[in-house]
Amino acid sequence: MQAFLILEDGTVFTGKSIGARKEVVSEIVFNTSMTGYLEVLTDPSYAGQAVCMTYPLIGNYGICEDDMQSDRVWLDGYIVHELSRTESNFRSGGRIQDFLLKYDIPGIAGIDTRALTKILREKGTMNGMITTNADYDLDEVIPKLKAYTTAGVVKKVSCKDKYFISGSKKLSENGVLHGKAVATTGITEKPEFPERVPTRVKELNGAGLKVALLDVGTKRNIALNLAHRGCDVTVFPSDTTAEEILALEPDGIMISNGPGDPKECTEVIKEVRKLYESDVPIFAICLGHQLMALAAGGDTHRLKYGHRGANHPVKDLENGRVYITSQNHGYVVDEEKMDPSVAVPAFVNVNDGTNEGMRYIGKKIFTVQFHPEACGGPQDSEYLFDRFIEMMKEQ
Amino acid sequence: MPRNKDIHKVLVIGSGPIVIGQAAEFDYAGTQACRSLKEEGVEVCLVNSNPATIMTDKEIADQVYIEPLTAQMLEEIIIKEKPDSVLPTLGGQAGLNLGMELAESGFLEKHGVKLIGTTAETIRKAEDRLEFKETMEKIGEPVAPSLVVKDVETGADFAKKIGYPVVLRPAYTLGGSGGGIAYNEAELREILANGLRLSRVGEVLVERCISGWKEIEYEVMRDSNGNCITVCNMENLDPVGVHTGDSIVVAPSQTISDKEYQMLRSAALNIIDELKITGGCNVQFALHPNSFEYCVIEVNPRVSRSSALASKATGYPIAKVAAKIALGFTLDEIKNAITKKTYAGFEPALDYCVVKIPRLPFDKFITAKRTLTTQMKATGEVMAIGDNFEGALMKAIRSLEQHVEYLGSYDFTDLSRSQLLKRLEVVDDQRIYVIAEAMRKGIDQETIHQITAIDRWFIDKLAILVDMENRLKDDDLTPALLREAKRIEFPDSVIAELTGKKVEKIRELRREHDIKPSFKMVDTCAAEFKATTPYFYSVYGGEDESGEVEATGKDKKVLVLGSGPIRIGQGIEFDFCSVHATWAFAKAGYETIIINNNPETVSTDFDIADKLYFEPLTEEDVEAIVNTEKPDGAVVQFGGQTAIKLTEALMKMGVPILGTSAENVDRAEDRELFDEVLAKTGIHRAAGQTVFTAEEAVKAADELGYPVLVRPSYVLGGQGMRIAFNDDEIREFIGIINRYTQDHPILVDKYMMGKEVEVDAVCDGEDILIPGIMEHIERAGIHSGDSISVYPAPTLSDKVKETIADYTRRLARELNVLGMINIQFIAMPDDSVYCIEVNPRSSRTVPYISKVTGIPIVDLATRVILGEKIKDLGYEPGLQPAADYYAIKMPVFSFEKVYGAEISLGPEMKSTGECLGIAEDYDEALYKAFLGAGVRLPKHKQVIITVKDSDKKEAIEIGKRFEALGYRIYATRSTAKVLQDSGVHALKVNKVSQESPTVMDLILGHKIDLVIDTPTEGYDKHRDGFLIRRVAIETGINVITALDTASALLTSMEKDAQQSTLVPIDIAKVKSRGKAD
Repeated sequence: MQAFLILEDGTVFTGKSIGARKEVVSEIVFNTSMTGYLEVLTDPSYAGQAVCMTYPLIGNYGICEDDMQSDRVWLDGYIVHELSRTESNFRSGGRIQDFLLKYDIPGIAGIDTRALTKILREKGTMNGMITTNADYDLDEVIPKLKAYTTAGVVKKVSCKDKYFISGSKKLSENGVLHGKAVATTGITEKPEFPERVPTRVKELNGAGLKVALLDVGTKRNIALNLAHRGCDVTVFPSDTTAEEILALEPDGIMISNGPGDPKECTEVIKEVRKLYESDVPIFAICLGHQLMALAAGGDTHRLKYGHRGANHPVKDLENGRVYITSQNHGYVVDEEKMDPSVAVPAFVNVNDGTNEGMRYIGKKIFTVQFHPEACGGPQDSEYLFDRFIEMMKEQ
Repeated sequence: MPRNKDIHKVLVIGSGPIVIGQAAEFDYAGTQACRSLKEEGVEVCLVNSNPATIMTDKEIADQVYIEPLTAQMLEEIIIKEKPDSVLPTLGGQAGLNLGMELAESGFLEKHGVKLIGTTAETIRKAEDRLEFKETMEKIGEPVAPSLVVKDVETGADFAKKIGYPVVLRPAYTLGGSGGGIAYNEAELREILANGLRLSRVGEVLVERCISGWKEIEYEVMRDSNGNCITVCNMENLDPVGVHTGDSIVVAPSQTISDKEYQMLRSAALNIIDELKITGGCNVQFALHPNSFEYCVIEVNPRVSRSSALASKATGYPIAKVAAKIALGFTLDEIKNAITKKTYAGFEPALDYCVVKIPRLPFDKFITAKRTLTTQMKATGEVMAIGDNFEGALMKAIRSLEQHVEYLGSYDFTDLSRSQLLKRLEVVDDQRIYVIAEAMRKGIDQETIHQITAIDRWFIDKLAILVDMENRLKDDDLTPALLREAKRIEFPDSVIAELTGKKVEKIRELRREHDIKPSFKMVDTCAAEFKATTPYFYSVYGGEDESGEVEATGKDKKVLVLGSGPIRIGQGIEFDFCSVHATWAFAKAGYETIIINNNPETVSTDFDIADKLYFEPLTEEDVEAIVNTEKPDGAVVQFGGQTAIKLTEALMKMGVPILGTSAENVDRAEDRELFDEVLAKTGIHRAAGQTVFTAEEAVKAADELGYPVLVRPSYVLGGQGMRIAFNDDEIREFIGIINRYTQDHPILVDKYMMGKEVEVDAVCDGEDILIPGIMEHIERAGIHSGDSISVYPAPTLSDKVKETIADYTRRLARELNVLGMINIQFIAMPDDSVYCIEVNPRSSRTVPYISKVTGIPIVDLATRVILGEKIKDLGYEPGLQPAADYYAIKMPVFSFEKVYGAEISLGPEMKSTGECLGIAEDYDEALYKAFLGAGVRLPKHKQVIITVKDSDKKEAIEIGKRFEALGYRIYATRSTAKVLQDSGVHALKVNKVSQESPTVMDLILGHKIDLVIDTPTEGYDKHRDGFLIRRVAIETGINVITALDTASALLTSMEKDAQQSTLVPIDIAKVKSRGKAD
């Protein structure tokens, strides 16, 4: 069946319908990763967006459920050049076509994804609609697309109840973790996190440390990275108060990645401000990094078309080293508007010079824009979890 | 870290002659690196024995030494030129080994010279099997259980312990020379003994066989600050067991998830960091197909064939960046030359799929085993880019120029289902075609996967291609079906064949429904950033980007056709010519467009032409580019046969051919028309006839008298050419020729015994310019590309030289040559001169002769094509004065790599490369040439001589000279008798079929320096001679199959016996003597 991708600038791409046969309006973004499509599909940060994969061959290795970054698909729509008709990988449990159907995600295949990417690059991220209705009326559709905004996505993607993940007791356990949910009212079962894959964690340097993870849309691998190192992780919903988090008496607080415009999260920012004022070491990633900046009096702005991919070089200003990172963000911290007595840049994007991380003065707080937890993408910056653990231990 | 200011002058080591496993990729890498160094104001001193390379141009380096790559020669050059640094990582394994040797001997330290780009310690850790294993174990990177052995017994014991099959890998060899998989003890003993001998240090690794695992490679860069990136990863379609150089390779990987991808990527970075490599590095992994288990197969701490491929596949200039890193820059300081916005410290994102297919030499070595193993056999490769795998594979297949256009082009329809099941077990270059046939016969994908271990994803892709074949055969050709067939790159000719329609009809249908390719840009970043790099590939469907480059502001466009994959008979010489022609056109104000598909070459570097189209060189593919670009002209005379073959097609498209017209090309290549040309010019040639069938050929031969030369017209490198001595041989050869589609007639010539002479000339329509005359050491009958060639001609009389110059002028003018012409003559003892053949195009000797005479022939030819006159270019027309030194071009072979190949020389070319010997006196030049070709004698001072009857008389002189050098001579019965009768102390040995000890035992005893074996007439791989030659080559013994070559070798050894030191000559200082100041 034919499907159409209509952009708010009036461009129409005609392709083939994939996944669910339903119409969706969303913000259209592109991702340049060559592997990790399942991680993209299940990354909560994509909530409210339809993602175009620039790599043309998607679905080759099927669906390896262990690699899901959350329990479900969060993005609104999926745009690809070609879906593989067969899946081939020893862990694959099915084809991507069926996976999209299972999560009711509409999509379009067979379009010139490169041409679409160029439009987004030149004109900036814009809204669009995926539809199978060939009788669309542009005059009607375009105003609708222009009017569309995403809102309330953080609340949508965050966990509803807090839960607990126990840290690995042995290095050899790396990868086989069992998350047990600890609800406020008694214990509920949370799906296990079977992670039967090798990690490069070398020691249980986090053994005995208690980490509170504020879930504003967390990818599963953030918690796993801590748990692999031995940390016990309690995951809190986004609407948790700072008091409740601090009541756990955590050794450290982790603020996760997440979707949407950080400035929209006014309630969360208030709580983050309280966490900032506590003396607990904090490590924040992506949206968490932006929320911390806003909480500390800084500002954020929207990038023209964002950074989404697995090949972004960032420089650690502390040691001058460049790391290749996984990224997924449309907003960025305005480092010039940050009071240098509060926080200073710690990482910078080598390509466009935008801020990639902050170090907070007089605080045990550092935050990064990129994704040290990888999945998908390079594992080069996983050392930051060790840095966080060191910081907790210094207490 | 900014540039290291202590580096002012760098000696760059090249990789030497092209051999299997070390080919044009190092010219590409070396050239890019030298330009990169010069960009930073560093003085570059270059040494490489290969004259066919672009890196040995004086435009590329400040001092150029085309000298043998030996430690001794390098020391001479270092003493003379006083560089402060040596860069050994761009010259392949040869360069790395030399750098290592100079460092280990303490020479570099003594002369205050630093090794840059790597350290001796790094090389040792990566290349020494034991140190490598220890290093890997230390950092927790798994390697297959293995043991380094120095003798066969230890190896056999260890293999028993870990179980067969085992893989054997000799240390310090290139292209896996001497390696292999042994399935039992007998095989182990054979391969191991051979490998121990070939290894520079006499060590071989015996290791657990991981064949059948996925083979995944990463190209990694690291700078002195410890920043690491991966440029690209690649997956081999052929699982572990086939050398990656012989595998079909796809980039990026297709069948591994992000987990495996990142696991191996992190491992690669971990390794490069531990080895402290500064520059580029290649890491090869074997990945278990059903688990996360992996092991490191190999690490190459230098740029390699794979890195050339990765560069072309991604647009990331690895060699350029590696050179900058060697100077001290870090990745975040080096600009990305493609986007000009980002930096080298990033990882390319591909939004297309790349397929590489090796070009194997089995069409040349028809007796060779086609089986693919861990020993590389390919001479070259092609690369194709598409937005789907099937299409990229189809494009790559037709880029090979092997008369193969789709999976049905090799005919296996004769094989039954059960035969196919058996045939699927064979790992050779035809495997994908066999798989396709198996599918057509209903063998299911799972069975094919179980037998071949090729990943199911790839097998399904082949199935999609086979499905399309069936649909084209069975269904109506609707526009939708046609569109789908074109999407996966079925060429019109194949669609026509399968649908039973005419090609014209298909083209018409495509026009009618607007089904045409558009061109996409390779930009390193999947369109994330705006790039203006003019590097394109075609896809069906989608937006055309060919216009999205910065305007050059030039009002004329020229199309330069490249020469496709490197194969025997068409090597990098033609890339040299294409690149120089491109530069010359650019200088003349033209916008230049290159079409080529060879990832190893300089011509496909992103900044050579104004636009690069990485496409197959077929009529259909070229036409699409012509339609898009609408060039004002095309030049075909620099791209070898590949380009020449497209002449007619280009004219039909309405593209003017710049230079000699197609009509005149035809007059030179069509036998009968050429006879008219000869008659008109009053030049003689060997009598001959044109025939179409075997019977006509036999008749012609009987009339001419045996021996005769039999060959197809329109050939390169003497392909299919044989000397026939009787009727049966004629029938056999014509059978072989007709195995390929043969639109052109077959030529039968009287074979003449004389001196073979060759000239390259430039003609402006009136005057000619002959840089020099080259004389071959071997008499006519051996292909010119396989002959030792001497400039200036040492034995020709002035009269003969004048005749040659005169004939060249007459032929060039008669053929209205505009640009290059190459003519081969035979000079007979009575000073009469016959013409053998005329090629109105650039030839294999062009780089050689332009370097040694200092006359930039390609540049001149291009300017002449554009209307300038030789006189106005500052040259006196005619034969230029000879240089005051000798320059000898020596062919280099790769026989030891191709199991079962016949090595005796004849009219069909067999050499893969060449090197140069240059010196003031002839003997020294000859000595250098042999040295450069790797002939280092004497060792044991024992030689075996066995010659055919007609050579026996001449063998006496050869025997005497060996004896005078202190050699012990062994000879088979009749040769021994002739030698003994003439007072040479030859020892008689038994023939192979006689009782032990035989000549074979002698060879296998590893005490022989040289075998001189002139082959018996005829062509039979079971004769003794064939066996002796093969065994000798595989045992690492030099083999000579012509007495002229033996005599030349003796001359050079007699020179060596005088013990004088060799004087390096800087080619960059050579000035044309004919040029008026």
